[in-house]
Amino acid sequence: MLKYTLKRLLYSVIILFFVMFIIYILMYNMPSGYIETKARELASRPGATKSYSQWLDDLNAQYGMDKGVVQGYLIWLKSAVRGDWGDSWAWTIPVTQEFHNTVWYSFILGLIAFVFEILIAIPLGIAAAKKQYSLLDYATTVFAMVCISMPTFFLATLLKYVFSVKLGWFDLSGMQGRDYINLSDFGKFLDVAKHFVLPSVTLIIISIGGLMRYTRTNMLEVLNADYIRTARAKGVPEKKVINYHAFRNTMIPLVTTLGGSLPGLFSGALITETQFAIRGIGYASYTSMTQADIPFIMFYLAFISILTLLGNLISDLLYGVVDPRVRLS
Amino acid sequence: MSEEKVLTQQPEAAEQKSEYLLEVTDLVKYFPIKSSFFKRTIGNVKAVDGVTFKIRRGETMGLVGESGCGKSTCGRTIMRLYEPTSGTVIFDGHDVSKMSTEEIRHMRPRMQMVFQDPYSSLSPRLPVGEIIGEAVREHNIVPKEEYDDYISRVMEVCGLPSYYKDRYPHEFSGGQRQRICIARSLALAPEFIVCDEPVSALDVSIQAQIINLLKDLQRDFGLTYLFISHDLSVVEHISNTVGVMYLGNMVEYAETEKIFSNPLNPYTKALFSAIPIPDPDAKINRIILKGSIPSPANPPRGCKFHTRCAECMEICKYARPEWTEVEEGHFCACHKYNSPEQNERANAVMENIKSTETAPVKEQEVL
Repeated sequence: MLKYTLKRLLYSVIILFFVMFIIYILMYNMPSGYIETKARELASRPGATKSYSQWLDDLNAQYGMDKGVVQGYLIWLKSAVRGDWGDSWAWTIPVTQEFHNTVWYSFILGLIAFVFEILIAIPLGIAAAKKQYSLLDYATTVFAMVCISMPTFFLATLLKYVFSVKLGWFDLSGMQGRDYINLSDFGKFLDVAKHFVLPSVTLIIISIGGLMRYTRTNMLEVLNADYIRTARAKGVPEKKVINYHAFRNTMIPLVTTLGGSLPGLFSGALITETQFAIRGIGYASYTSMTQADIPFIMFYLAFISILTLLGNLISDLLYGVVDPRVRLS
Repeated sequence: MSEEKVLTQQPEAAEQKSEYLLEVTDLVKYFPIKSSFFKRTIGNVKAVDGVTFKIRRGETMGLVGESGCGKSTCGRTIMRLYEPTSGTVIFDGHDVSKMSTEEIRHMRPRMQMVFQDPYSSLSPRLPVGEIIGEAVREHNIVPKEEYDDYISRVMEVCGLPSYYKDRYPHEFSGGQRQRICIARSLALAPEFIVCDEPVSALDVSIQAQIINLLKDLQRDFGLTYLFISHDLSVVEHISNTVGVMYLGNMVEYAETEKIFSNPLNPYTKALFSAIPIPDPDAKINRIILKGSIPSPANPPRGCKFHTRCAECMEICKYARPEWTEVEEGHFCACHKYNSPEQNERANAVMENIKSTETAPVKEQEVL
């Protein structure tokens, strides 16, 4: 197992190297990048002493962008490996500082959505599978399809329209109300919690459909297996047949997919956070992206890549935890 | 507890112990065919279409027939793993077919089943000890402190060392898995076991081991078996009586020697002629059946076998043969062995259908 893990880690490092290289090439060649915008701005200032192309050369040298794509990447890589990710151009603070400021909002949002997703989707999926082709089954199927096919921005707008505009229960966006500073500590907490309701609901609704269908499919497969018939013939109560025999076997694929999505809690929800102006990592990366902030984007995408590779590794290792057959061999 | 509940329901039946442990009467199991969109029932697959037999205590009845004739469905319906469409199953004086789900659950330890495929009938997530022992705990077969010893004993009786308890099913070969399945059912101390093709998935040398194990267990514990198989030589070896099924119906039933030495029904004759003889020089006079088995959703009118029967008569196409005792203990459903009265009845049915069929309007209804 250890050897396998090490091998997988080594592969991950190689993949990471090339992924980051491709991203760097794309960022490097982005039209109207940060430096060009800045040079144009400086050159068109009243009383500007240098022309646009002069400013461009100056700034390129200052930001270290004049060394060509390969060398630029290697320089970035060298400092990144030492833990120095540079300063963000858009936020004008160290990249890691900006990351630290935003990631926990994303994590809390992701965690709430993750927990509710599991609590809602899995029992519904099991209930639907238990009574296949019943009214409940059809209702959940339709609901799941609606959830899956609903675009995030549309759902977010819809929720805002109903709950903010029409009912006036929540603020349209942002993380705090206008009286935030005057509130007590507990009041502040409630205020922020209230602002997190609609973003969480959005994330939950768009994610439960898939998990529900997945649970139902796996459960149906297991319920038709011979050993479920064996359990019934043994005279095991129906409840135990479902919870002990069937669900245990359904858990194998479920745990692997859910385990694989665990690192995703840190990656943020770009569209939802932008829609609701939650200053999470997704929102920060979106803002950086629009301003071609190479250090921050490189850091954020490196982070996402590492999480994805880690997620795959975790889900493969979890297989061994839940399935005794894999564990032993 | 459960036993008392069942007993109070039918006190007179339980008092006088019948010679037969299991009595199946006119058992019918239809599977509805649903239309794809509105889920209306548009037809029935007549998997078991009126089967009647009895099994004596401590004996084995073999149930044979080709694939898809309803043998397994019959076994599962007896066990109430499928709800019977109609008919009764009397087990030791209790009508199993009318019990509630809770009553049937308490009845389970007394009647058990061994399934065909030992690869898929064991939960891959549970260790062997748990597979065998779970229901023992559930039904309180033995006191808690004896539980562990009991499981070890059951395993050893079935030829499994007790240190296998903590292993998982995938670590075992097919034969060992089938032993686990048998140990599992035996652990509940049943009186009756439905063996649904317990050896079909195993290779021949293992088959013999399992068959001998089943025979030994029967001798030691006085078990009663319903042995479902399509392997006639195995059935001949293990059974006291044999029933032959074709397309959901029992076509012949008799003691093993009688039916093997003197098969009456043309289908039984054809079936038995297919038994391989382990002698390269032996000349086998096989009866080759034409065509394949008709669909149980739309079985032929009259005798269901008439489309393939070598000895088909005019009457077979119209009237269904009656279940008759041709000689003592030898039942058969075939017009060849009709008594004069039965012939009269069958002829009347035939004439009736023929006369209605000439009128074209009525024909629609028949179809």
